[in-house]
Amino acid sequence: MKQAEIVIIGGGPAGLCAALSAAKSGSNVLIIDKNKNLGGQLIKQTHMFFGSEKQYASKRGIDIPEILIDELFKYKENIEIKTEATAVGMYEDGIITVLEKEDNYYKIEPKAVIVATGAYEKFLSFPNNDLPGIYGAGAVQTLMNVYGVKPGNKVLMVGAGNIGLIVSYQLMQAGVEVKAILDAAPKIGGYLVHASKIRRMGVPILTSHTVKEAIGNEFLEKVVISEVDEKFNRIKGTEMIFDVDVMCISVGLTPLNELLALRGCEMKYIPQLSGIVPVRNENYETTVENVFVAGDATGVEEASAAMVEGFLAGLCAAAKIGYKPDDFIDRKNDYIKQLNNLRSGPAGKHILAGIEQIGR
Amino acid sequence: MRIEEHPILKFNKGKMIKFVFDGQEMEGYEGETIAAALHAAGVKVLGKSLFLHRPRGFYCAIGNCSSCLMTVNGVANVKTCVTDLEEGMIVEIQEGRGVIV
Repeated sequence: MKQAEIVIIGGGPAGLCAALSAAKSGSNVLIIDKNKNLGGQLIKQTHMFFGSEKQYASKRGIDIPEILIDELFKYKENIEIKTEATAVGMYEDGIITVLEKEDNYYKIEPKAVIVATGAYEKFLSFPNNDLPGIYGAGAVQTLMNVYGVKPGNKVLMVGAGNIGLIVSYQLMQAGVEVKAILDAAPKIGGYLVHASKIRRMGVPILTSHTVKEAIGNEFLEKVVISEVDEKFNRIKGTEMIFDVDVMCISVGLTPLNELLALRGCEMKYIPQLSGIVPVRNENYETTVENVFVAGDATGVEEASAAMVEGFLAGLCAAAKIGYKPDDFIDRKNDYIKQLNNLRSGPAGKHILAGIEQIGR
Repeated sequence: MRIEEHPILKFNKGKMIKFVFDGQEMEGYEGETIAAALHAAGVKVLGKSLFLHRPRGFYCAIGNCSSCLMTVNGVANVKTCVTDLEEGMIVEIQEGRGVIV
């Protein structure tokens, strides 16, 4: 059995910042990530981030992992990294089981753990929604921005939130035609600055529209959409047909945190946080002592908030096991202030309403 | 269907390697996943559903959804969206659940 001080599960924005923060306080840290490379979903975000300097605003997402990993290198005596290693279990006695590269299975006994496992894409129900060519927006981003492969020639984007808008723009950057963006909601969910950019490029954004059905034999050939009324019921006679070989589904994410449920943490369904999330205190500690959470696993937001949550959880987890730096209060207050600033906009109101329900 | 020019990204492709998909010789780049290489070669159907035998492609491309499972070098249920392509790999569309042992 491997001993560890703080184990961080997931090396995306939240996990990397948690590692940095805990190591800065003097704790030893072990990062476990199932992917080949650290950075999580940052590795495909070609757009520049908003927020403030502390969350790497105006840097492109793809450049942030390198900055964080360079920073981590300063504490290399304190940090161990396991990639292509999946945390497959977290048990009542605190033991974590890991499967590394298909054939190396071992146990870790940590003093504390920070779960930063992120989120996964939601799906939409309509006839023939299983046809190849119907892909998650994140999948299309991976294919284009990591591997340089076009998902197809003509795309219909479902969802006008920030991901839908940003990925539409990225599709056009890759030379793929975007026919339209639709959203069942009566209003565009994403930032208007992104929406305006898309509209200027001639792509219509059809609000109050939904997918009626997908058509195709072996793969997607056509999509039928229709308008919906204020109760989201389809309005007959408003159907439109699009000849597309790709439909991108971008209808939100849901937290990926089964490990916490497995560990016995109290979980709660909170719609504003996009699903089932762990009950936690302001230190990001769950109802199980020394089990912390950060990033989308604690409620879906965006990468900037995930990074700050990581810093905060890393600081608090290290303090909990005996590494409390002299400037603990200052650092903690600074992170809380950054989170409050990030959540001060209209989208933040929604998140804050969710967080209010997260306590016991 | 590869991106030839991109305003932000440069793709540092590995060396071109050969692999076999359902008996057909194909090419892809070292360092990319099996699913990416297949998609670039125009292959979208990666499998068949268990009961209705409907065509299956990938959905999430990051190893979460299990929609891209294929038999690779005789091993069933390989997540091709997160498994790197290797020279000479034999990639096959899987029938049913696949044989594990």
